[in-house]
Amino acid sequence: MADLSVNFAGIKSPNPFWLASAPPTNMGSMVERAFDAGWGGAVWKTLGEPIVNVCSRLAALDNGATRMIGLNNIELITDRPLDVNLKEIYECKKKYPNNAVIVSLMVESKREAWHEIVKRAQDTGADGFELNFGCPHGMSERGMGAAMGQVPEYTCMVTEWVKEVSNLPVIVKLTPNVTNIIPPGRAATKGGADALSLINTINSVMGVDIDTMIPYPNVNGMTAHGGYCGTAVKPIALNMVSELARDAEINIPISGIGGINTWRDAVEFLLLGASNVQVCTAVMHYGYRIVEDMIDGLNNYLDEKGFASVNDIIGKSVNRVTDWGNLDLKYKTVARVNFDSCIRCNLCHIACEDGAHQCIDFTEIDGLRFPIVDEPECVGCNLCYLVCPAPGAISMVRLDDGSESISWRELTSKQPATMTGD
Amino acid sequence: MSLIHDSPINIEQIERNFREIAPPLNEAEAVLESNRCLYCYDAPCIHACPTHIDVPSFIKKIASGNLLGSARVIFDANPIGATCARVCPVDVLCEGACVEKTLMDAPIQIGRLQRYATDYAMRNEKEIFKAGAPNGKSVGIIGSGPAGLSCATYLARLGYKVAIFDKKSLPGGLDTYGMAEYKMSQTVSVEEAKQVAKLGVEFKLNTEIGRDVSFEELQNQHDALFLGIGLGATNRLNVSGENLNGVIDALDFIEQIKTRDWRRVPLGKTVAVVGAGNTAIDAVTQAKRLGAERVLMIYRRTEKDISAYAYEYELAKKDAVEFVWQTAPIEIVGDNSVSALRCQKTDGSNQIFDIPCDMVIKAIGQQKQHSFFESVAGVATDEKGRVVVNELMQTSNPKIFAGGDCVNGGAEAVDASQMGKLAAQGIHSTLTGEQVKFAGFS
Repeated sequence: MADLSVNFAGIKSPNPFWLASAPPTNMGSMVERAFDAGWGGAVWKTLGEPIVNVCSRLAALDNGATRMIGLNNIELITDRPLDVNLKEIYECKKKYPNNAVIVSLMVESKREAWHEIVKRAQDTGADGFELNFGCPHGMSERGMGAAMGQVPEYTCMVTEWVKEVSNLPVIVKLTPNVTNIIPPGRAATKGGADALSLINTINSVMGVDIDTMIPYPNVNGMTAHGGYCGTAVKPIALNMVSELARDAEINIPISGIGGINTWRDAVEFLLLGASNVQVCTAVMHYGYRIVEDMIDGLNNYLDEKGFASVNDIIGKSVNRVTDWGNLDLKYKTVARVNFDSCIRCNLCHIACEDGAHQCIDFTEIDGLRFPIVDEPECVGCNLCYLVCPAPGAISMVRLDDGSESISWRELTSKQPATMTGD
Repeated sequence: MSLIHDSPINIEQIERNFREIAPPLNEAEAVLESNRCLYCYDAPCIHACPTHIDVPSFIKKIASGNLLGSARVIFDANPIGATCARVCPVDVLCEGACVEKTLMDAPIQIGRLQRYATDYAMRNEKEIFKAGAPNGKSVGIIGSGPAGLSCATYLARLGYKVAIFDKKSLPGGLDTYGMAEYKMSQTVSVEEAKQVAKLGVEFKLNTEIGRDVSFEELQNQHDALFLGIGLGATNRLNVSGENLNGVIDALDFIEQIKTRDWRRVPLGKTVAVVGAGNTAIDAVTQAKRLGAERVLMIYRRTEKDISAYAYEYELAKKDAVEFVWQTAPIEIVGDNSVSALRCQKTDGSNQIFDIPCDMVIKAIGQQKQHSFFESVAGVATDEKGRVVVNELMQTSNPKIFAGGDCVNGGAEAVDASQMGKLAAQGIHSTLTGEQVKFAGFS
């Protein structure tokens, strides 16, 4: 049994699995049930000035028969009175002293407003704050949420305001709705943030009912862009987490959020530099119970890999993300078909033919037609391997012996003349 | 056949016994199953289907919610796609070739998906194809079974004036009269024939060649003829007692069941079925479902020699049919009615024994109609009595084409359908010199 406990910017939790600030952390009874199910921490649904929500609020992206690979919402921050939430946070923390309880905050861009809510919230015994600079819908139209996160100066300024009065660790939650995640990340760091969390949801319109021609989610015949989350956003989140993790100026812990369904997803976030993870959509889909396999699977993984603590894998893959210009141009792989495992669906052929480099032909073996790779023509792009539904039927085989290596940067610095196209 | 006895089970139970063994997919099942299809390129299922329906295409269209387009892909390659969806031996055809069967022994349920799409089109009376502009030529088709319906459809699409002649009162041939009732009821094939009629094809039912109209008349009236007349009567056992009450042809037995007038279907308490082909299976399973107390299947060779598909054999086993291997009937015993089937072992022992029974069903294959072909139609047959055709499905008489069981000696409806398609192409190229290729022309 590996040690799963994590100390995230001074906030201790029995495992790295936190619930993100969202509907599953709407109230005390829910958070308490989540802790009973095994969640290590919970970021309370964002507190702020009371709001009024619309109906309906959610829409999903399905993939074939698979439900909800992406979810979007136009629900706002908590619609419950502040004092009720604060009371429940206090009670919850008292009841679950070993679980992390984080208070998410969002108020208007006034120093006094931030000071007031921070002061009130830190009396609850909560373990930390998360500043919601990421919510992309509704609140941003009022100058809050993503409207703060998209302007690094605001991010820095509001973080400073909070740090002026907070005696708890402060996590700044970033919006992905920026062209470059580094400036807001650095701004939060400069403002004194103790940690970062990302990603918040992505601007999205989920689709249109093609019979009524009304987009989803339908609010009396209209919609507004919402925040996109769930499985489909994971690669975007991983990119942003790793970007921050490998930035030399950002040396504070990162809480990874975005499309985490399983312990595997969590491990990927940890490897790319997250120190813990937050989950929402998967819980909205399947309930708090999913944390059981997250804990079990992570434990088994760590045991199998010989790691005593989950902390030992944090950031282990960060230095394997680099700029394209540093990649080795001499590394050479080709696809190879294993006829024993091939089921002859020919998806590799058509994918290569119409979507890649026309190097998968056919050969006949015992009267059956099998795809075969024309290796000298294969560029090693992986497409056939990716579309193949039969485990082991296509492998990517390394051809170079590793003795030579040169990157685009090295090539262009050594032989600039050959690279001009003359 | 006077043998009608009160089944020990009531009508409600019989109805339950004859419920479809492959019920329609509901929407959730269709969505799940269609999305499971890998959308193979140059898919094995297409090759395995005798009509070469573009299976991945029609399944993808179900997944995308384009059911009309899906039905069109199916009917384009197989005008009796709704029938085939129910009666095809998919285990040995499309589903047997499915890569998902290779991957995890769970082929896509192609037959049931095909039914889902074709049901949609037929239920909503969607017009799938239009008749072509009249080209002034006419074709007479004898036999409204799968070969004839298929041939008629393609010819009508090309603008031919087509008349189909059938001696039965309902169209569809064996699709209507010869399919096990738990696989498909008559309405499906009759509705499918109506789709053909909507293309302007004229159906002349209750019309027997040589009785109601002469072959010469048809030859004179049409630019070409297509023979899709299937096979003849069930082979005789050639043993004494074959004319006793209680001895019946399997096809007659099945045809009676098709009426679903359960109390009028002849049935014994103990039923001995001679033969081990797919028709014999249809007979034993349905005798059991009607309420026969004991049903035996008598076959002169061994279990491994049976010609029925494995799936069909399994069905009979599930229905608690008893199998008597390496046994040949030598006499049907009885005064007026059957009292026993006297058999002799063919395992070398030559042992003779009686199987007490009150009904014997003959299911040892059908005769060829070579006398019709040679004496009436004047077309050549091979040594097995099958009509000889070239790649255009053209017989020795260049104006006469043929397809289906009368050409291949007895196969599946889907095989007959493909032959009807090939014949339509052959007729068109013969009469006009123009080459056409319909979907699924391999």
